[in-house]
Amino acid sequence: MELYEMTAAELSRMMQAGKCSAEEAARSVLGRIDQVEDKVGAYVTVTGETALEKAREVDGKRAKGEKLSPLAGVPIAVKDNICTRNVLTTCSSKMLYNFVPPYNATVMDKLSDLVVVGKANMDEFAMGSSCETSYFHKTANPHGLDYVPGGSSGGSAAAVAAGEAPLALGSDTGGSIRLPASFCGVVGLKPTYGSVSRYGLVAFASSLDQIGPFGRSVEDVAMLYSAICGKDPMDATSADRAYPDFAAALCGDVQGLRIGLPREYFGKGVEEETRRAVMDAVKVLEKKGACVKEISLPSTDYALSAYYMISSAEASSNLARFDGVKYGFRAEGCEGLTELYERTRSEGFGDEVKRRIMLGTFVLSSGFYDAYYKRGKQLQQQIAAEFSAAFEGCDVIATPTSPTTAFRMGENLGDPLKMYAADICTVTVNIAGLPGLSIPCGTGANGLPLGLQLIGPKFAEQTLLNTARAYEIETGGFRAIPEIH
Amino acid sequence: MKNYEMVVGLEVHAELNTATKIYCSCKNSFGSAVNSNCCPVCTGMPGTLPTLNEKVVEYAVKMGHALNCEINPVCKQDRKNYFYPDLPKAYQISQFDIPLCGNGYLDVILDDEGTTKRIGVTRIHIEEDAGKLIHDDSFAGSLVDFNRCGVPLIEIVSEPDMRSSAEAKAYLETIKSILQYIDISDCKMQEGSIRCDINVSVHKPGEPFGTRCEMKNVNSFSGAVRAIEYEAARQIEVLENGGVIHQETRRWDDPAGKSVLLRSKEDAQDYRYFPEPDLLTIVVPEQKVKDLRDTLPELPQHKTLRFMKELGLPRFDAGLLVDSMEKGAFFDACVALGSCKPKNIANWLLGDVSRLCNEKNLALADTELTPEKLCGMIAMIEKGEISGSAGKTVVEEIMFSGKNAAQVVKEKGLAQISDAGALEEIVKAVLAANEKSVADYKNGKTNAIGFLVGQCMRQSRGQGNPALIKELLLRHLG
Repeated sequence: MELYEMTAAELSRMMQAGKCSAEEAARSVLGRIDQVEDKVGAYVTVTGETALEKAREVDGKRAKGEKLSPLAGVPIAVKDNICTRNVLTTCSSKMLYNFVPPYNATVMDKLSDLVVVGKANMDEFAMGSSCETSYFHKTANPHGLDYVPGGSSGGSAAAVAAGEAPLALGSDTGGSIRLPASFCGVVGLKPTYGSVSRYGLVAFASSLDQIGPFGRSVEDVAMLYSAICGKDPMDATSADRAYPDFAAALCGDVQGLRIGLPREYFGKGVEEETRRAVMDAVKVLEKKGACVKEISLPSTDYALSAYYMISSAEASSNLARFDGVKYGFRAEGCEGLTELYERTRSEGFGDEVKRRIMLGTFVLSSGFYDAYYKRGKQLQQQIAAEFSAAFEGCDVIATPTSPTTAFRMGENLGDPLKMYAADICTVTVNIAGLPGLSIPCGTGANGLPLGLQLIGPKFAEQTLLNTARAYEIETGGFRAIPEIH
Repeated sequence: MKNYEMVVGLEVHAELNTATKIYCSCKNSFGSAVNSNCCPVCTGMPGTLPTLNEKVVEYAVKMGHALNCEINPVCKQDRKNYFYPDLPKAYQISQFDIPLCGNGYLDVILDDEGTTKRIGVTRIHIEEDAGKLIHDDSFAGSLVDFNRCGVPLIEIVSEPDMRSSAEAKAYLETIKSILQYIDISDCKMQEGSIRCDINVSVHKPGEPFGTRCEMKNVNSFSGAVRAIEYEAARQIEVLENGGVIHQETRRWDDPAGKSVLLRSKEDAQDYRYFPEPDLLTIVVPEQKVKDLRDTLPELPQHKTLRFMKELGLPRFDAGLLVDSMEKGAFFDACVALGSCKPKNIANWLLGDVSRLCNEKNLALADTELTPEKLCGMIAMIEKGEISGSAGKTVVEEIMFSGKNAAQVVKEKGLAQISDAGALEEIVKAVLAANEKSVADYKNGKTNAIGFLVGQCMRQSRGQGNPALIKELLLRHLG
């Protein structure tokens, strides 16, 4: 078995036991990137040289017996909307094609002894469900190269699935970690809003965005989540609380766990094979001692509308700063300020981003605010309240992560509404600020992975991870890295 | 203004003098090298987030108390969206529908009798300042200085309660004085730390208010007076010529002495306010609201009225004493000693003491003067123990030598001669030596007496009691 095929936990244990070095792990992963990247296209930037430097630095510290974090020396891919000091951070947009931040996101400081092998491709400014709106190139699904990896963190999910990194960071505003995790057959966690600092994450929708981990095992995701969570004085919305060591506390015990199945998530639009895969997964948990009951979350139907109003409104404001004045792309040969703004933004943003900016500008406009944005916020409260009530009767809610397996590249690109529908099962979790975990649960008729989504009350990540771990143990682990030709 | 009444409302922006900016830890100071007091947060770099400086809330609550506002213990911050190169996030974090303070008032003094007028204060909210564009002939285009980005501001919005430029000026001066008294702003007009927008309308008495126009870019109080007078006159002229006033925003050009149209109501910007999702709700605990109220000193307008009405000072003197917190407090300490007349204290403080401080560029605290020493000297004058002119010498000594008045008088031999017997000789000698003046006096030129008193004072080397000398002279001439 090659080092790039190992999980992060395995690599960590080997490094601590002196059975391999961080440099060897980095070389193996970089070798895998060399081998498959032209087919997968998971990265915007591969940082081979700095990765090897960092790996050698960690090896040196380990040799001297210096204190290192549990994941020290483990290679990681970082979504390209997370600011990395002195490393290009593009958000997969022409607008930031040359943007090198002089500062780190807080999560990057927390992961300072991990080895960043590259910046992962994404939908432009995290707007999309297929990774097809990247300005640079499309990313392929490692399990079927004609298929999308899901989005927006498609590069992160694909890198982990393809063995181009054992770990990755993504961001999730409406499903952008869980959907690609589901499509690519890996584990992805969208943490509780406020548990991971957003400082240095280029904002899409500030009240919904959250950084989270990808891995090929539940343990890896638990370890990475433990490393990045916590109060940050630089992020006013980060929660001030103590967090356990999620990996150390990980167990596969679901005895007495109450699982709720919301009927609204199994209805129209959900493929029969998806429904069956999720129900089979739930049966596995039931066999291990969980009890299952049907519940109802009636406001689910309004979630997509509320999501697109709130997220687009915030995006229209967050993305206003890209005006060509101080950094990034600037249209050439402009006469005067108005032309500079208009042409820079017309030429610098892609269609999907412009669509959301226009939608968001509209819903915030005087005369429309009450009917749209304010109504969206009211629905948000209603949806959150329904979840709270539901969690009085159950500990975990199980749903499909996506109604379908991955779709073909180009299939939905011309139909925004069809594309938005891919998020139907995931947006509610962001709207309510809850944690959501996607784990692989079988395969569709096309051979592509399906995902089980586990939703918990705020800060119940440990419950989600333990439930996922129970399923992982019972099913003998998740699928191997595919051969890519 | 014949047949018209004007209505004025003001929006005052004051920069707060907190140590650091409102949403980051950059220094809040004026005059630093271009783009030296800024960081990724205040320049709105991608991914950065604001965190609120709690001091800003405290300062604004203090101002709220000073202007008799209700404090909203729970309020939020909102984004005001617009594009401009000095605004690197393309939105300003401000407060929209729930300001920190609301529904207050300010009583301003309008005349020498101490008549006051109550001006309503609609709201006070906190917000961040923008950067500055630099235009210079030495280069093409414009440059941006981000030092001012994120400097904390409060915006104080008045009700349209003022009816003249004089009332507006009194309001502005009182606001400035309060800001200084509660020490939340440096109030340096030339550095732009107080700026105002002015709303003006005119109407005929008895008719409803006219349509208002807003003037921006007013940077001095005298400029505010000029802008108000100009705008009222402009509107009256339009109306007198049968025209209609349209609601619009105008830019005041002070050097040119006129306002020019900036945008009409139809072109008004839609700022698309919405709650700032990067910041938490502001919660000011009830106890803190109370504690902040207790930190307020006696406010300048109250102090002025007290000096006028209780201590009998003219408005001018009261105003000068209140303008300087140090002099006002010194004055109060002198009055509290109860040993001399308030008006005499004011005269000395505002006269010789201020002059000597100014000459040496010193504050009162830098001198040896204490209320006891000053009152000791003034009491000697009031009792006739030294003359006023001797006082001028004494005050300089007690300010800089540390001695008290009695010591100085003794050492310098400045005690006033109030012994009629001792002065009698001098009076006789002066009368004998100035026959012409004596004749003048007897021929009805009564002011010749002043010359004779002066001669006697000279002969007594300034120590003669001038009142007694005059009395003796008159007796001899009578």
